[in-house]
Amino acid sequence: MKKNNTSKSRLSLYCNLGALLLAFILVLVIDATHNPTDMLVKVLQKVCVYAVVAVSMNLLNGFTGLFSLGQAGFMLLGAYTCAIFIIPDEVRGQVYGYIEGGSIVHVRLPLIVAILLGGLVAALFAFLIGLPVLKLKSDYLAIATLGFAEIVRTIVTWEKLGPVTNGSFPLSKLNTFRKALEGTPFEKFSLVTPYFLIAGICIAVIVLIIRSTYGRAFKAIRDDEIAAEAMGINLAHHKRLSFVTSSFFAGIGGALFAIFQASVSAAPFTSAMTYEILLIVVIGGIGSITGSVLGSFLFIASSEWWLRGLDSGKFLGISSPVFRNGFRLVVFSVIIMIFVLFFRKGIMGTKEFDVVKIGGFFKKLFTETVPGWLKKIKHKEAADQ
Amino acid sequence: MDYLLPGISAGGQYALIAIGYTLVYGILRLINFAHGDVFMVAGLMMVYATTYMPLYVSIPLVLILTAVLGFGIERAAYKPLRSSPRMSVMISAIGVSYLLQNLALYITGGLAKVYPTIKFLSETITIFGSTTRRVTVITPILVLVLVVALVLVIRYTKIGMAMRAVSKDFTTSQLMGIRINTVISATFVIGSFLAAVGSVLYFSNYPSVVPTSGAMPGLRAFVAAVVGGIGSIPGAVVGAFIVGICESLIKGIPEISIFSDAFTFLLLIVILCVKPTGIFGEKNIDKV
Amino acid sequence: MKNILDIENVTMQFGGVVAVNNLSLTVNEGEIVSLIGPNGAGKTTVFNAVTGVYEPTNGRISFYGEKILENYPHGKMKKLYAGENRGMYTERMVKTPDRITKLGIARTFQNIRLFKSMTVMENVLLAMHVRRTSNYFTATFCLNAKEEAANRAKAEELLKAVGLYENRDDLATSLPYGKQRHLEIARALATQPTLLLLDEPAAGMNPQETEELTAFIRHIRDTFHMTIFLIEHHMNLVMDISDRIYVIDFGKLICSGTPDVVQADKRVIDAYLGVSEVD
Repeated sequence: MKKNNTSKSRLSLYCNLGALLLAFILVLVIDATHNPTDMLVKVLQKVCVYAVVAVSMNLLNGFTGLFSLGQAGFMLLGAYTCAIFIIPDEVRGQVYGYIEGGSIVHVRLPLIVAILLGGLVAALFAFLIGLPVLKLKSDYLAIATLGFAEIVRTIVTWEKLGPVTNGSFPLSKLNTFRKALEGTPFEKFSLVTPYFLIAGICIAVIVLIIRSTYGRAFKAIRDDEIAAEAMGINLAHHKRLSFVTSSFFAGIGGALFAIFQASVSAAPFTSAMTYEILLIVVIGGIGSITGSVLGSFLFIASSEWWLRGLDSGKFLGISSPVFRNGFRLVVFSVIIMIFVLFFRKGIMGTKEFDVVKIGGFFKKLFTETVPGWLKKIKHKEAADQ
Repeated sequence: MDYLLPGISAGGQYALIAIGYTLVYGILRLINFAHGDVFMVAGLMMVYATTYMPLYVSIPLVLILTAVLGFGIERAAYKPLRSSPRMSVMISAIGVSYLLQNLALYITGGLAKVYPTIKFLSETITIFGSTTRRVTVITPILVLVLVVALVLVIRYTKIGMAMRAVSKDFTTSQLMGIRINTVISATFVIGSFLAAVGSVLYFSNYPSVVPTSGAMPGLRAFVAAVVGGIGSIPGAVVGAFIVGICESLIKGIPEISIFSDAFTFLLLIVILCVKPTGIFGEKNIDKV
Repeated sequence: MKNILDIENVTMQFGGVVAVNNLSLTVNEGEIVSLIGPNGAGKTTVFNAVTGVYEPTNGRISFYGEKILENYPHGKMKKLYAGENRGMYTERMVKTPDRITKLGIARTFQNIRLFKSMTVMENVLLAMHVRRTSNYFTATFCLNAKEEAANRAKAEELLKAVGLYENRDDLATSLPYGKQRHLEIARALATQPTLLLLDEPAAGMNPQETEELTAFIRHIRDTFHMTIFLIEHHMNLVMDISDRIYVIDFGKLICSGTPDVVQADKRVIDAYLGVSEVD
C-alpha cells in the first residue's frame, strides 16, 4: 500500500516536471519566433510577473491565513530598488534631469543582482513593519498593511528623496533582459525566457517552503492559531517568516514588473493593484499554487488580450455601441464577482494541478463517462422507438 | 484658523462615511471596502441627475438611490456569503469595489465629471475673520444633527434595539426572533444614505468626480472609524474629526503636505498597535 | 517521587469574576492525577493557565522545580483584584504557550482542535516541528531529509500506538469522534512532552469507549513514561485510573487525595449534589 503510494507520487512528480519542461520548450520557441512587441510576448511576460506576486500572496493569505493587503507596497519597494540600480549610466543624467544635482547613486548592477536586491529591500521593510502589525487580527492586519502600502507610495514621491527615487518623476529607460543579453548567444531567447525562468525559480522555492516542515507550521497557524501555539509553534516567529518571505517574492515580482515596463513610477502601485492580485488568487483558488499561476494567466490574458475587443467596438464578430472604452473591465469585474459569489473555491480550490490526475480524468471521461452517456442516449432512443 | 475650519468640515464629511463603516462592522464584522465607492457613485449620480432635473429634486433622489444601492449591494454580494468565512465576504466587498469603479469608468468614459454647484453651499462667507464656503460651516452642524438623530434611532426605536442586539451577539439575536436580514439591510440603507449626504457636502468642495474619487475619502473614513473604535458611532465621529483636522493641518505646511495621506495611515497603524480597539471600542476575549 | 508540576496559589480573575481562587496543587513524576469538579468550576482555566494561554492574575507555576510562570495583580487588576496573597509574588514572568510546550508540557483540548486541512499524518508531523534541528533554509531546500524521514518513522510508530495507522492519509476531521480524540493525544505526544494534560478526553464517549480509553491512558503512561494530569467528568474513569484526585468548586480547592478519600469526602458530595437542607 505504502510503496504503491510513493511510487504513484513519484510518477506524478516526473510527469509534472515533464509538463514543465514542455512549457519551457514552448517558451523558447515563442521567443525564437516572435517580436518583442507581439501581444503574446507582452502577455506572457506580464503573466510571469503577476504569477510570482500572486503565488507570494497565496503563501501569506492562503497558506498562513494572514490577510495582508500590502502586496503593492512591497512590489513598489522591489521595483524602485531594482530600477535605481539598472539605469544605464549614459542616460542616468537624462532620467534624473529634473532633480537638482542629479542622481546620487552611481552604481550599476547586473539585472539579476538588482532583482535580488529588490526582493531583499522589500523583505527588510516587511520585517520592520511586521514587528508591530503582525500582532493584529485578520481584518485589522489587512487594513494596516494596506495603509503601509499607501505610506510607501507617498514617501517614494517625496521631493527630498529625489536624488534617489527621482521624486514624482518616473525612473525610465531601464535596462531590460533584451538589452542585457544583446550580443550573447542567448539573445534569441531574451523575451519571455528570462521571466519564465525567474518566475519558475521563485515559485519552485515557494512550493518547497510549503512542502517543508515550516509550510506545515504555516498551515497549522491558518487552521487554528491556538492549537498551533499549543503544539509549540512560535506564532510571532512563523508569521514573520511567512510575511517576510512573501514580501521578498513580491519585491522580486515588483522588480520584474519594473524591467517589464522599462520604467517605474509610484502611480500604478495603488491598493487597486493589490486587489487585482488578490482577485487572481481567489480565481485560482486560495491555497493552490498552480491555481494562482493559472489565475494570473487567465486574468492577464483576458484583461490585456482576449477581451480587448470589448473596448474597441468589436468582440467575437459582434459590434455594438456598448463596446466602448472601459466595457472590458466591467465585463471582467462581473466575471470576478461571479467567481467570488458562486465559485468561492476558485478554479483549483486547494488542489494542485497534476498531469497524472488530469490524464486520469480524461481516461475516466472516455472509458466511463462518455460510454455512459452513449448508453443513456441509446436507451433513450430505444425507449422512444 | 484657516486650516482648522476646512479640517472640521472634512472631518464632518468623513464622519458621515465612517458611520457607514462602523455600523456595518459592528453588525457583520465586515470591512465594507465598497463603501467608499458607494460614496463616489452618489457623487456621479448627482452629476447626472442635475443635468436632467432641478437641484431640489435631484438631491433627495440621489440620497434615496444611494440608499437603494447600498441595500442592493448587501443583498447581491454579502447576503449569499452569510455563512462563509469572513475573508470571503471581505473579498466580495473588494470585488464590489472593483466593479463599481470599473462601471463608473465605463459610464464616464474615464473623464472627470464636473460636480454641479449647489449655490447655497458654495457661496463664500466670512467667519472668525477667515473667508470660506458656507458648506464648511454647515457640515459640522448637519453632522451633529444627523448623528444625534441616528443615536436616537438606535437607542429608542425597535430597529435600533435590534441593531444593538445583533451587534452584541449575532446568533442569539437570531434565535430570539430578530429578523437578521431586515436589520442588516437597514444598516446598509442608513450607512449609504449618510454616505450620500457626505458626498453632497464633500464634492461641493471639489470641482469634479472621477471613478477613483471614493477610494481615498473612503479609506480615510475607515481609518477614522478604527481610530474612534470600530463599532462605536461617537467613536467614528470623534475619529473622523481627528483625521480631518490632522489632514488639513498637515496640508497647510508645504514641506510635508504630500504626507497628509501617509499621516492618516501612520495614525492608523499606531492606533492599531497601541490600542487596537480604538478610543471607544470594546475588548473581545477569545475563548479557548 | 519527584515533583514535576507545582501550582502555587494561582488565582485567575477575569474582570470581577474569580475563576480560579488561590489554587495550589502538585503533580509527581509518573503519576496520573485528575482534576475534577462541577461544570464551571474552573478546571479548564487551570489548564489554560498552566499552558500559558491565560496569564494567571496572581501566583506561581513551576515545572521540574523551575519557575515557568509568575504574576501579581498589576494594571487594571491592581484595583480589581479580589483574591488572596496580594503582595506575595512580585515578579511578572509569562511564557507563550509554544515555549511551555517546548519545555515539555503538552495538552489536548476539550473541544477538539485538530488542523482541519491536514491529514492525520501531517497533524502528528506538525507537532514534531517544535523539536526540529533544521532551520528555515535547510528545511526549504530539503537538506534535512534525514530528520524528516526519522520524523515520519516516529510518527508512523505513534499512529500505530494509538491505532490510527490505517487512517494516516485521511483528513483529520474526517475521522470519527473517538478517533479524533486519539489523534489529539497522539499529536500531543509527538511534541515529546514529559507531562501530558488531557482536557476531558472521554467527553462524548460511550461507556465501552471510555473503558478502552482508560486502558489507553494507562498504556501511554507506561510505554512513554509519561506523567498525566487530566480533567474528566466520567467518574468511573477518574476513580479507576487516578493515583490522586483534586476537586475544585467555584475555583477553590475543596478536597484532594486518593480516589477512596475523595469519594468519601462530604464536601465533594455536596459540591456535586448540592447541600441538603435537612442536614
